[in-house]
Amino acid sequence: MHPAFSVIFLTTLIGAAQGLFLALFTAQSYAAFKLLPQPDAHAFYGQGSLLALVLLVAGLVASFFHLGHPERAWRTATKWRTSWLSREVIVLPAFMGVVFLYGLAHWLNWHPVLMTLPGGLPVDPSAILGVAGTVLAFALFVCTAMIYACIKFLAEWHSPLTVINYILLGGASGFTLAAAFAAATAPELVGFLAGWAAIITLLGLLGRAASLYRNARLKPKSTLQTAIGIKHPKIVQKTQGFMGGSFNTREFFHGQPVAVLRGVKWFFLLAVFPVPLLLLFSGMHGGIGLLAAAFAVQYAGLLAERWYFFAQANHPQNLYYQSIA
Amino acid sequence: MTQLALVIDLNVCVGCHACVTSCKEWNTSGAAGPMGDQNPYGADPTGTFFNRVQTFEVGEFPDTETVHFPKSCLHCEDPPCVPVCPTGASYKRKEDGIVLVDYDKCIGCKYCSWACPYGARELDEQQQVMKKCTLCVDRIYDMTMDEADRKPSCVKACPTSARLYGDIHDPQSAVSIAIRESGGYALMPEWGTHPANHYLPRRKTRIKIHEDELERADNPLKVDRQLPKPAMNEPTLDDVTTW
Repeated sequence: MHPAFSVIFLTTLIGAAQGLFLALFTAQSYAAFKLLPQPDAHAFYGQGSLLALVLLVAGLVASFFHLGHPERAWRTATKWRTSWLSREVIVLPAFMGVVFLYGLAHWLNWHPVLMTLPGGLPVDPSAILGVAGTVLAFALFVCTAMIYACIKFLAEWHSPLTVINYILLGGASGFTLAAAFAAATAPELVGFLAGWAAIITLLGLLGRAASLYRNARLKPKSTLQTAIGIKHPKIVQKTQGFMGGSFNTREFFHGQPVAVLRGVKWFFLLAVFPVPLLLLFSGMHGGIGLLAAAFAVQYAGLLAERWYFFAQANHPQNLYYQSIA
Repeated sequence: MTQLALVIDLNVCVGCHACVTSCKEWNTSGAAGPMGDQNPYGADPTGTFFNRVQTFEVGEFPDTETVHFPKSCLHCEDPPCVPVCPTGASYKRKEDGIVLVDYDKCIGCKYCSWACPYGARELDEQQQVMKKCTLCVDRIYDMTMDEADRKPSCVKACPTSARLYGDIHDPQSAVSIAIRESGGYALMPEWGTHPANHYLPRRKTRIKIHEDELERADNPLKVDRQLPKPAMNEPTLDDVTTW
């Protein structure tokens, strides 16, 4: 497939935003149970939500560049019964709304006790919004990943690993960003967030390695024989029917030599996993520069990872477009 | 229930591209807007087509066959491109099974083209909407045309009648009979898309002529058992006399 930068930015930006929100609410939950010190709510949760919101808006803006008719984008909310893309379009603004309200509740220090849990734990609006946001964050990960995983023709994507990796890689970049952000606003949480960022990054390495292992061993279901229905072992395309390009030759081919593909793969394998891990460990005790570098490197790596995710997928329609003459 | 479709006879197709050009001509002139071309006279021309003819070489020299392969939307009975559409712009008509795109609802997200294993859909660069074969839905129901003209443009244009058109759910239709009796098959059956369009395979046409069919076995004067038997090329009484 041809990697589209609009979609690469959309998936990586909102992934980081979802991870960041999950990190914020994880910290809040731990703090509520007195497992972590209470940070400055206004600065950490309020501004953190704002940061997540900025990333979400940036992702949304990037997604519009993928559309031929962005002014009709409102129509995409109609087919949620059958289309994962439609579901994503519904869940994304819902998540943005909840992140906004969650941030607002902390920003305004609006913490009326709505009810008390059996252990005497007070529940305020930010806790309820946090739970709703967590559910929506995971729902959004599933929707985004299922857009790709549900297409059975693209065997490289048609796997539960796609969903797992979207969750883990978005979570890793979000927690890394949260650690860097905490270094500036809530230094007492840096160790906790950097630790989780490292754990999720390691899990992401396992998930991505598993999908690379799987994809390297895929056997295409369709062959030239089934594509034109002639059962002969030796078939060669002599012409695809035209000499200039077409949508079919542009959209489904990345057009890069194998060396570029391999280079991108090794770049993201280094930039998403070991380098941020090293930076996270060395910045665990409050090195804001190191943690910011960890996020920057990991995010750059994730751009390459997503590029590779698209480029590696081989569409069966390519069987019909192998020769120009 | 009706399922209109094309049946394409690979035994007959000569790869002349008449269906390609007539399709482009008819559909670029229609009410749905032009099928735009970009850079048509430049070094790298491109444009939207609903139909292509490709050519494959089957076998190894000298035992090869050249197969011309017309390719357009197959109007699948279970079209994978339809449920993924987020706006409902792609749909399959209940009344005749044609898969269509509503160009006024399409947002140009290209998702349906990913969900088609045949590469039947093309994004029109000019209109920025997804386009594909409509089975000439604006021809086949046009009552101002003669009945003989109410067929897809490609079918009308084919000089060798390699393209048949009709209802594959009607067992008595010409297309159903062709599929049934000439080994019609669907493309990429492994995906379970149940394409409505079918292809007829290459066939070897052989005729066996027995030796006695070349000889005048009915000549009584040569089978009178006189020996030596006259040679086949010697004149017979039929040749030298009038009765």
